Amino acid sequence: MGKVKTKTGPLARRPDNSAFKQQRLPAWSPMLTANTVLPFFYFMALICMFLGVWLLLTVQSTKEMKLDYTEAGTCDRCFEKRKNVSNAAQPCSCTVVFSIGKKFKGDVFFYYGLRNFHQNLRRYMDSRDDAQMVGRKKNLQTPSTYCFPFTTDQNGQPIAPCGAVANSMFNDSFVLTYHMPGGRPEKVPLLRQGITWYTDKNIKFRNPKTENLTLPEVFKGTAKPLYWQKPVYELDPLDPTNNGFINDDLIIWMREAAFPNFKKLYGVLNRAKEPFTTGLPAGNYSIEISYNFPVQYFRGRKEVVLTTLTWFGGQNHFLPIAYLVTSSLILLVAIVLTVVWWKFGKNGKNMEE
Amino acid sequence: MHWECEWEHGSTRHFTYLLHSSSFIHLFTVLSFLLQTNAIKTSKYNFFTFLPLNLFEQFQRIANAYFLFLLVLQVIPAISSLSWFTTVVPLVLVLTVTAAKDATDDIVSAICNLCMIFFPRVSADLLLLSSSEPLNLVYIETAELDGETNLKVRQALPVTGDLGDDIEKLADFNGEVRCEPPNNRLDRFTGTLTYAGQKYPLDNEKILLRGCTLRNTEWCFGLVLFGGPETKLMQNCGKSTFKRTSIDRLMNVLVLCIFGFLAIMCTILAIGNFFWEMNEGSQFTVFLPRQEGKDAKFSAFLTFWSYVIILNTVVPISLYVSVEIIRLGNSFYIDWDRKMYFARNDTPAEARTTTLNEELGQIKYVFSDKTGTLTQNIMTFNKCSINGKSYGKKHSFLYTVDFSFNPLADPRFMFHDHALVEAVKLENPEVHAFFRLLALCHTVMAEEKTEGELLYQAQSPDEGALVTAARNFGFVFRSRTPESVSIMEMGQQRSYELLAILDFNNVRKRMSVIVRSPEGKLSLYCKGADTIIYERLHQSCSKLMDEFAGEGLRTLALAYKDLDEDYFSQWKQRHHEASTTLDDREDKLDQLYEEIEKDLLLLGATAIEDKLQDGVPHTIEQLSKADVKIWVLTGDKQETAENIGYSCNLLREEMNEVFIISGNSPEDAYALEHSMELEFLRTACMCKAVICCRVTPLQKAQVVELVKKYKQAVTLAIGDGANDVSMIKAAHIGVGISGQEGMQAVLSSDYSFAQFRFLQRLLLVHGRWSYLRMCKFLRYFFYKNFTFTFVHFWYAFFCGFSAQTVYDEWFITLYNLMYTALPVLGMSLFDQDVNDLWSFQHPQLYMPGQLNLYFSKKAFFKCALHSCYSSLVIFFIPYLAMNDTVRDDGKDVADYQSFALLTQTCLMFAVSIQLGFEMAYWTAVNTFFILGSLAMYFAVTFTMYSNGMFLMLPSAFPFIGTARNSLNQPNIWLTILLTSILCVLPVVTYRFLMIQLCPTINDRVIFKVRQAKAAPPPLPRRARIRRTSSRRSGYAFSHAQGYGDLVTSGRFLRRPAVSRSSGFAHTGRTTTGFSPMGRSAGYSPTGRPQNVKVNDVEVTSLQMYRTMDHTL
Repeated sequence: MGKVKTKTGPLARRPDNSAFKQQRLPAWSPMLTANTVLPFFYFMALICMFLGVWLLLTVQSTKEMKLDYTEAGTCDRCFEKRKNVSNAAQPCSCTVVFSIGKKFKGDVFFYYGLRNFHQNLRRYMDSRDDAQMVGRKKNLQTPSTYCFPFTTDQNGQPIAPCGAVANSMFNDSFVLTYHMPGGRPEKVPLLRQGITWYTDKNIKFRNPKTENLTLPEVFKGTAKPLYWQKPVYELDPLDPTNNGFINDDLIIWMREAAFPNFKKLYGVLNRAKEPFTTGLPAGNYSIEISYNFPVQYFRGRKEVVLTTLTWFGGQNHFLPIAYLVTSSLILLVAIVLTVVWWKFGKNGKNMEE
Repeated sequence: MHWECEWEHGSTRHFTYLLHSSSFIHLFTVLSFLLQTNAIKTSKYNFFTFLPLNLFEQFQRIANAYFLFLLVLQVIPAISSLSWFTTVVPLVLVLTVTAAKDATDDIVSAICNLCMIFFPRVSADLLLLSSSEPLNLVYIETAELDGETNLKVRQALPVTGDLGDDIEKLADFNGEVRCEPPNNRLDRFTGTLTYAGQKYPLDNEKILLRGCTLRNTEWCFGLVLFGGPETKLMQNCGKSTFKRTSIDRLMNVLVLCIFGFLAIMCTILAIGNFFWEMNEGSQFTVFLPRQEGKDAKFSAFLTFWSYVIILNTVVPISLYVSVEIIRLGNSFYIDWDRKMYFARNDTPAEARTTTLNEELGQIKYVFSDKTGTLTQNIMTFNKCSINGKSYGKKHSFLYTVDFSFNPLADPRFMFHDHALVEAVKLENPEVHAFFRLLALCHTVMAEEKTEGELLYQAQSPDEGALVTAARNFGFVFRSRTPESVSIMEMGQQRSYELLAILDFNNVRKRMSVIVRSPEGKLSLYCKGADTIIYERLHQSCSKLMDEFAGEGLRTLALAYKDLDEDYFSQWKQRHHEASTTLDDREDKLDQLYEEIEKDLLLLGATAIEDKLQDGVPHTIEQLSKADVKIWVLTGDKQETAENIGYSCNLLREEMNEVFIISGNSPEDAYALEHSMELEFLRTACMCKAVICCRVTPLQKAQVVELVKKYKQAVTLAIGDGANDVSMIKAAHIGVGISGQEGMQAVLSSDYSFAQFRFLQRLLLVHGRWSYLRMCKFLRYFFYKNFTFTFVHFWYAFFCGFSAQTVYDEWFITLYNLMYTALPVLGMSLFDQDVNDLWSFQHPQLYMPGQLNLYFSKKAFFKCALHSCYSSLVIFFIPYLAMNDTVRDDGKDVADYQSFALLTQTCLMFAVSIQLGFEMAYWTAVNTFFILGSLAMYFAVTFTMYSNGMFLMLPSAFPFIGTARNSLNQPNIWLTILLTSILCVLPVVTYRFLMIQLCPTINDRVIFKVRQAKAAPPPLPRRARIRRTSSRRSGYAFSHAQGYGDLVTSGRFLRRPAVSRSSGFAHTGRTTTGFSPMGRSAGYSPTGRPQNVKVNDVEVTSLQMYRTMDHTL
């Protein structure tokens, strides 16, 4: 080690007198003293308390309705029917009724939820081809091997969209009806578009370039996923622009959930018409479900969730409560520390040798 | 030419590399030849072999091999739970950094090697055949071997010396050498040369050992007896072993533990996977079919390996390379330290090894050499007692004695007692006799290059000091011939006929000369160890002797005796007979010496001070306050070592438990033998101070090994000479004193600097900081990686044990390399709890290192627990906060990608804040690194998740938009805040409680520093250097035997004076040439009767007279 210097003279090899080399860099040396720690603790306790209360109030102001429809209402029939694989192709509809005690003010969001469905299995999550979904022609015809075993169908035709994730797409559909007291049932209008991340809809998922071709022509030569009843270009019969890889339901499904219990956005209340302009009125509702998605394979449950939101999101009480608990914990610790400091460390008593 | 060399015991070993006629050219250039072939090749690589060799070597390191194995695992698709780049990128980076370091090390060592062979140094053990100098003498310096810096003389046998530089003759010479097998005795050699039917004994005087340096000799021829590892020097060097620090060893143990832990975790998860696959998975096959014939068992097996890959970060690949970088940085600090730079010979400190730094903070035992390490190896004459009156005792340092009356005085000589000069000037006969003895009784050679400029070549520095003292007090030794000694007595040239030198040896501990004064008086002058001399005094001297003892000058005693002419001639005859007998020659000579050296008359005693290096007592005091045990191991004799022990504060008067062991005394030599070593160690460790004297280089190493073996403590050896090499190599840390002529110790050392006192800074500042930094680094590094990894473990319970990672793969790749590398490196390079001045002020701060308090298995376990807690917080808080939650616009935020981003952001904040708590010294660089790393995390994350990157490689960057869509949510940030608070809370609480309830020494000192902040930092206390009482000043008398022979045989005088005019009559010159000058005007030299022929005075002396005449 040591570098060769060209300096000459009696002190040629004398090291430089720089603060860095002499380890004299100016520095701040903090220490955990009572003057800093104790006020900090009390302050943090206050902050957490404030946050906790604020968040709790915020969360309390939201309304949420959860409805497990797996075997509810008339769905038990469909539930049994779906247990048998041979009936997979047969349609099955059922209705579940429920009522809302208080009006859901403002925007109301309609979710479907699955319990115990592991979208987060490694092999499951890997089984997709993002390049195909972003509209790469090459991957449309020859999907990535990651999609195995849903790369090609029995005839060797490439599957679009390939992979286990797309194949297992949730395919129940819902029609929510409001039973006005004394009036005829009113279908609750849901916005079924604009429910994905902007980046997903516009960048991550693209249809292959059409070049004046229709969507079916573009997807020619590809097969629909095994479990699908309709090909990808016919997912939304109502809106042709919502078909192909940019179908909102597909995009939402493809954004895999981190945990086995999850809910995904199905639609947002369209508040254009009465009586829904100010939200979802109290009263009786029914949901007509086209019950396609089998449950027994993941031993889980299916549910629908209606909820209103705040800036803080949905009705999750964890954070407010956690903040309140943390606040009291900090306060407790702060008191203990104060006592200890008072008894032992005051005026540097403990530092005497 | 036919040479054969046999070892006495190993019967027939032919030295084929010796000088056969075909290779006689080697003989001609024997030195340069040996320099070339004996040069040890230390450069490992060349340009082409570097890459393959280095890679091969690197993969031999277990950690790197492990990562290669991981890489192989990742290529298997069924197992691969991570993309290949998560391992390849770090591995390549680590290999590159390590390779770069190896390459520079290699280049540096190659350069060093070149420097090393630059000196005209003998590099094999040679039998001297002939030389350019008269009488086949060779002048050598053996500083490398035994630390002595004086010139020594070696002489070839006449039978080989006559060959001269005649190659033909040398080639034709047909002899046989039988000698002892290679051994490590530096001071003896036995063998015979058989030539023409005659046997010639070979002893150490005819051998040039590897490591000695030729001086004043143009050329010489030698026969290689031992080369390479068989040379005595190398036999003494001990094994050079690859040194590793205790932290290294602990780290290896921990890494093995971690491997075990990893296996346990993976097994748990594999079992979990098995049950999950049995229950849930078998149903879920509808959505995710298994490959054919692969059941839950096989899935569990694959999962095991997948988790090995995912959880591999518990054994972080960057650990080793980071450790190396930190050590390198801390080594540079040592190189750069101005306070360890010695301006007098322009020597900075040097960290020659860059892998041992933190061990400097854990030293428990320091083994120090004495000569040249504690002492300056400069002897000064500063006290004497003549005829019961002692001089130079007063501590009046105000003025030094003015020697201007004496034109031949050595200006460097200092003396502080004017009374002695007055006594000389007043012609006190005892004082004159005293100095006359000093001027006559020695084996010093004088060289007078220019008029009046005398240069003494003394065989030992103390003898040089004595002769110089005599010179300054007006008894100038000027020259010698085999038969005479010329001195200038108070300006008067006198030549004494030198009749015999009764040489010094270790048993006799004295030397005498028998001279005939110009007046014809026969005298024996003797100087030697006080105890020895006292035994040989005349009865009448007993009173005087008592006075001396009372005076306390128990050092070197001077005595003389007038001889009877008849007795002497008879003695001389017997002496001649004895010196020509073949058997028992030495015994007989000893008896003769004993016979004549009795009934001596005491003249006085001198005290020579072996000058300590600056700051030695203070350093020793500081180190002992830091609970570092200092053992002095010296080849010197007991009295000297003891005296040095007292003067450097190692021994104090009030100490009772002092253990001084002498290596060569018959009973003690066994102390190092196997059966006794424990007893020795136990005794030694009970003592407050340990001094081992008369130990050979190898014994020094044995002592070190002993302590290493049984005390499990970290040892440091410090020395300056080749005799310390073995000990330097044996100890955990070897320190060489550099800037002196000898390089051997420095070359085998790990650290080198010019002064012993720098040891204090090396240990108490650099060592302590390095240890502190390394431990902080390791604690934090394990913490951050465990926290990182454990989150995967918790996630496994939610993802069906499917080996799904929690984080984005890019984050996994870059976490150790980019996001957290610089802050922790910054801490490990800059951190200091208190600055150097406070470190000196409180040497106790060093003790935690000796007790391994900062990093141990316990500390590691604590780290793991802490990580466990943090990972639980970092996983479960986001899980509970995000599960079932949506964005403020109802869109997804509980998806996998958002969750990954959230946990990794929480992790980044948690580990960054934790680092902030670890750091005690926030420089601008540290702050920049921490904030910069966080900023870089966000910058890189946003880049990775950007549209452009995704469109370029959709499958490599699937996280597009995640950062934009989730980091704009308040609940995400509230979650991050909560995890940070919960991670910090217990840390702050625990630390604050510890500081309040049981503050460590560090806390106390830091507290003091804060209190003293207003006041300037303390100045290091200048220790009162307690010079102990006068009777502790030692006289080294480190002569070797055999010098007297040389002097009398006349072989000594290499260059005769320019024009020696033999027979120049110099009778009864008066002392006109010497005039009193200056203050000493009252001086008038004696005119003693001078009627004896002096025919061998050198012209130089006469010329001196004449010039003096002219000046008058």
